[in-house]
Amino acid sequence: MSNTQTIKTNLDVPTSSRSGSLQDEDIALTVRDFNLFYGDKQALKSVEMDIPRHRVTAFIGPSGCGKSTLLRCFNRMNDLIDTVNIQGNIELDGQNIYDKSVNVVDLRRRIGMVFQRPNPFPKSIYENVAYGLRLQGINDRRTLDEAVEKSLRGAALWDEVKDRLHDNALGLSGGQQQRLVIARAIAVEPEILLLDEPASALDPISTLKLEELIYELKKKYTIVIVTHNMQQAARVSDYTAFMYLGEMIEFSDTNSIFTNPKQKKTEDYITGRYG
Amino acid sequence: MESKDLGHHISQQYNAELEDIRNKVLTMGGLVEQQLVDATKALVEGDSRLGETAITGDVKVNALEVAIDEECSQILARRQPTASDLRLVVAIIKTITDLERIGDEAEKIGHLAVHLAGMEGNKQHFTAISNISEHVQGMVHDTLDAFARLDVDLAVSVAKRDNNVDEKYNGITRQLITYMMEDPRSITRSLDVMWAARALERIGDHAKNICEYVIYLVQGKDVRHTTIEQLEKAARRNN
Repeated sequence: MSNTQTIKTNLDVPTSSRSGSLQDEDIALTVRDFNLFYGDKQALKSVEMDIPRHRVTAFIGPSGCGKSTLLRCFNRMNDLIDTVNIQGNIELDGQNIYDKSVNVVDLRRRIGMVFQRPNPFPKSIYENVAYGLRLQGINDRRTLDEAVEKSLRGAALWDEVKDRLHDNALGLSGGQQQRLVIARAIAVEPEILLLDEPASALDPISTLKLEELIYELKKKYTIVIVTHNMQQAARVSDYTAFMYLGEMIEFSDTNSIFTNPKQKKTEDYITGRYG
Repeated sequence: MESKDLGHHISQQYNAELEDIRNKVLTMGGLVEQQLVDATKALVEGDSRLGETAITGDVKVNALEVAIDEECSQILARRQPTASDLRLVVAIIKTITDLERIGDEAEKIGHLAVHLAGMEGNKQHFTAISNISEHVQGMVHDTLDAFARLDVDLAVSVAKRDNNVDEKYNGITRQLITYMMEDPRSITRSLDVMWAARALERIGDHAKNICEYVIYLVQGKDVRHTTIEQLEKAARRNN
């Protein structure tokens, strides 16, 4: 080491930059002054955030804080509810996803979603994964075979099901079904994967497999996960957003949130104190 | 983090567990403090029985270190503490290591007291030892206060006082060297006094370390291996 090199003390390096800082990230989704109403009731209040690309972003917060609502806005699932009113912008690569010119089916292909309870179709494992491609009009056997294998491998399920691809998907265990649903979501090669409490119906071992899968998936996809399990958020995410009563209270790198949160509400929630 | 926030978990059992390890640290601190007072008094007054008390006192301190360590591991495994709770457990694990070392240094002084009590010779250096020891005892006492009350300002002031200990220690060393050169027969005895001064100087360092953990616990800033100015700045910085 040259003696002219400045030796940095641990105070010169903010905690956040040791694990990556939002300013240095490539941003996949931008949320600006976003409000959402269910009828008269405001469920999201001026939410602002940047979702970094190829990172795992976790939403935590008590029930009813708006985290699932916000997640569902990212692929316009809330369009299906009549009473929903929205204001503000959510931009994917610079384009407002609520713009009239946006094709919602195409948007949902680019932003895939996995729900709390695994919801495979009552078809074979193979057809479940091939479903999205067939919707796009792809029927070539070889193309489908390749895509199914690639997606099942990507979802860490291939080795378990490769000998029974044509069995009914409902015969799989809960953990396998959840990974199958993820395989189905990644078969259409989305950019972003939204996971709404993906492990809450799974046993601890399946949960660990799923978390391991999330770690692998973030190399290719941007992942946003809603979870009630704070330890899970701490384990899998790079960034964590804490929401409370429809507001984004704190959004920072996961290490900072779990060791030294800036807001008292965040601290009270993650340490299990009365809020 | 403020001390009033400590006991507000939804889980009462968790409150009780955290409160319990905190209390045990303070108990351990009290024992170490007494050990230090006894050891110094034994040395200065040539009281070998009190010296023995300081030596045997270390057994209890060691046992507490093991017990607190065990409880901390259990809390980590079962509660997965986060944020200020996590910092509390981490700070405690580090604090008890330094407390235990303070106990070891006090034990060392106890042994030296017993040894010196059986020797003839000049007692004039004991004033200086008495003086540095009072200073160090004050530091240990205030360190434990800062820990108990999560008082960052007090922690900073104690950390600053460590410089005075170093100066006093250097003063004693110079004095003893002169003395040994003047009268070589006093070397054995002077070396013992020097070791005692050295032990006290080390205790000052350990107290300073604990003050750094208090700042980490309260402000979430790691101030180890920084200058006093940086330490003061980090302690002042409000989040």
